[in-house]
Amino acid sequence: MVSYLVRRLLGMIPTLLIVVVIVFLFVHMLPGDPARLVAGQDADQQTINLIRKDLGLDLPLYKQFLRYCTDLVQGDLGKSLRTKRPVTLEIAERFNPTLWLTISSMLWSVVIGMGIGVCSAVWRNKWPDRLGMTLAVSGISFPAFALGMMLMQIFSVKLGWLPTVGADSWKHFILPSITLGAAVAAVMARFTRASFVEVIQEDFVRTARAKGLSESIVIAKHTLRNALIPVVTMMGLQFGFLLGGSIVVETVFNWPGLGRLLVDAVNQRDYPVIQGLVLLFSFEFILINLLVDVLYGAINPSIRYK
Amino acid sequence: MTKSDRVRTPWAEFARKFKKQHLAMIAAAFVVFLIGCAVFAPWLVPFDAEDYFDYDALNAPPSLTHLFGVDALGRDIFSRVLMGARISLAAGLLSVAIGAVIGTFMGLMAGYYQGWWDRVTMRISDVLLAFPGMLLAIGVVAILGSSMVNVIVAVAVFSVPAFARLVRGNTLSLKQMTYVEAVKSLGAPDSTVIFRHILPGTISSIVVYGTMRIGTSIITAASLSFLGMGARPPTPEWGAMLNEARSDMVVAPHVAIFPALAIFLTVLAFNLLGDGLRDALDPKIDRK
Repeated sequence: MVSYLVRRLLGMIPTLLIVVVIVFLFVHMLPGDPARLVAGQDADQQTINLIRKDLGLDLPLYKQFLRYCTDLVQGDLGKSLRTKRPVTLEIAERFNPTLWLTISSMLWSVVIGMGIGVCSAVWRNKWPDRLGMTLAVSGISFPAFALGMMLMQIFSVKLGWLPTVGADSWKHFILPSITLGAAVAAVMARFTRASFVEVIQEDFVRTARAKGLSESIVIAKHTLRNALIPVVTMMGLQFGFLLGGSIVVETVFNWPGLGRLLVDAVNQRDYPVIQGLVLLFSFEFILINLLVDVLYGAINPSIRYK
Repeated sequence: MTKSDRVRTPWAEFARKFKKQHLAMIAAAFVVFLIGCAVFAPWLVPFDAEDYFDYDALNAPPSLTHLFGVDALGRDIFSRVLMGARISLAAGLLSVAIGAVIGTFMGLMAGYYQGWWDRVTMRISDVLLAFPGMLLAIGVVAILGSSMVNVIVAVAVFSVPAFARLVRGNTLSLKQMTYVEAVKSLGAPDSTVIFRHILPGTISSIVVYGTMRIGTSIITAASLSFLGMGARPPTPEWGAMLNEARSDMVVAPHVAIFPALAIFLTVLAFNLLGDGLRDALDPKIDRK
C-alpha cells in the first residue's frame, strides 16, 4: 500500500510536467501576438518590441519554457494584464471563497446523495425509491445556472429570506451551495443505487442473509463496502464537475471566487491569470484523483496493484 | 411454430424488457419528437428566429400568435426555442458518441492487458482529466474563439478519459470472473474474450454513464453559451437565451422559463431513456 502510494506520487510528476507544458504552450496557441495583447490595442511597434523583450518572448521556445519553469518553482506566475498585480496574489484572494463553496457543496451532496441512493436500493420499486429517483433525475436534468436563477428569484427576490449575491456570511453560502451540489447529489444517488442494486443480488449477500444476519448488518457490512467501489470512482469524477460547476454558479451569484476570476480573465483575454488558474485547477484535480485511487485500493483489497 | 419455440435473441429480449418500462418509452418517444423538431425546425417555425422583431410586443407574455411570448428585443421565443433544439441536440449527441467509442476501447485495452499500455492510457487520461470539462472547454474557447463546434470538440475530448477510466475499472474486476477464465482456458483469442465476454459486462455502466453524459454535455454546452463563450447572440441557443433573459427576470420571467424548460425536458428525456435502456440491457436486473 505504502509503496503503491509512493509510486503513484512519483507517477504524478510526468502528468504534472505535461500539464505545465500545455499551460505554457497555451500562450503560443492564442491567436495573434501575445506581446501585442499585453501592450493593448493602441500601442506602437516600439512598445510592442520592448514588451516582447521584457516578457522574454524573443527567446527561443525552450529557453522561454525553462524561464517559465524557473519562475513557476519560485511561485511566480506572472502579472495580471488587467490589474498589473501578481497572479499569485489575485488567486490567493479568491481561493478561500471557492474552496469553502466546493467543500460545503461536496459534503452535503455526497451525504444526501448516498443516503438517497441506499434508501432507494433497499426499498427498491417502493415509494422511497420512486421519490428518491424522481428527485435525482430532476436534479441532474436541471442546469445549474437555471437552478441558481430560480432559487435566487424565489428565496432572495420574492421571499427575501436569503441574500442575493456576495459571500459575507454563512447565509450567503446556502443558495450557491445548493445550486452547485444539486447535480452532484443527484448523480451520487443514482450511481449509489445502481451499484447497490447490483451487489444486493450477489451470492455472498444471500449467504449473509441465509446465515441469519440482521438486514441492517447485511446492508452495512456486506453490501455497502462492495457497492462503494464504483461510487468512489464516480465521486472523484464529480469533483472535476464541481470545479467546473463553480465557474457557472459563481457567475450567477456574483461569488468572489476563482470561477468568476476565470470567466473575467477569459472575457478580458488576461492570459497570465488564465494560465495560473488552469494550472491550479489541474493540480487540485490530479491530487483528488490520486486520493480516489488510494481509496479504491483500501476499499477493495481484491484489486491487486502489481 | 408456437410462440414459445421462437429463439429469444438478445435483441428480442431487450425489446421485451424495454417495452415494459412506460416512462422510458415516453422518454424515447419524446427524444424522437425532439429530433424531428430539430430536423424540421426551419420549416416549422412561425417566425424567423433571429431576424424577426415585433417592436409592439416587447416582453409580451405567451399568446396565440406568440405561443411562448416575446423577448426583450421583440423576437418570438417559440421559434427560437425550436431552432435551439438543433444546436443542443447536436452538441450532446456528437460529443458523447465520439467520447464513448474512443474511451471504451482505451479502457478495455488498459484493463485487460494492464502493463505499459495501461500506464500510458491512464497517464493520458490523468492529463485530460486534470482539466475539468468546463475548464478544458473554456481553454479551447479562449484559444480558438467562441463557437459551438469548438465546444463540441472540447466536450468530446473530455468524455474520452471518463469512459476509459470507468471501463478499465469494470474490466479489472470482470477479468477475474470465473467465466472469463473459462473462456480463456478454452483457448479463445484475446479479441473474443475482450469484445464478446468482457465488453457486454461493462455495457450497462457505459450506457448509464453515456446517457448521463448526453445530459451533462447538453448542459455544459448551454452553460458555456450562458457564460458568453459558446454560441453568440443572436444565435438561439438555449443557454445564451437564458443569459439574455437574466436582466429582465423580474418583469418578464417567461423569457427565461421557456428555454430553461427546454433544456430541462431534453436532458430529462435522455436521462429517463438511459435508465430504461439500463434496466433492459443489464442481464443481472430482472424486474418481476
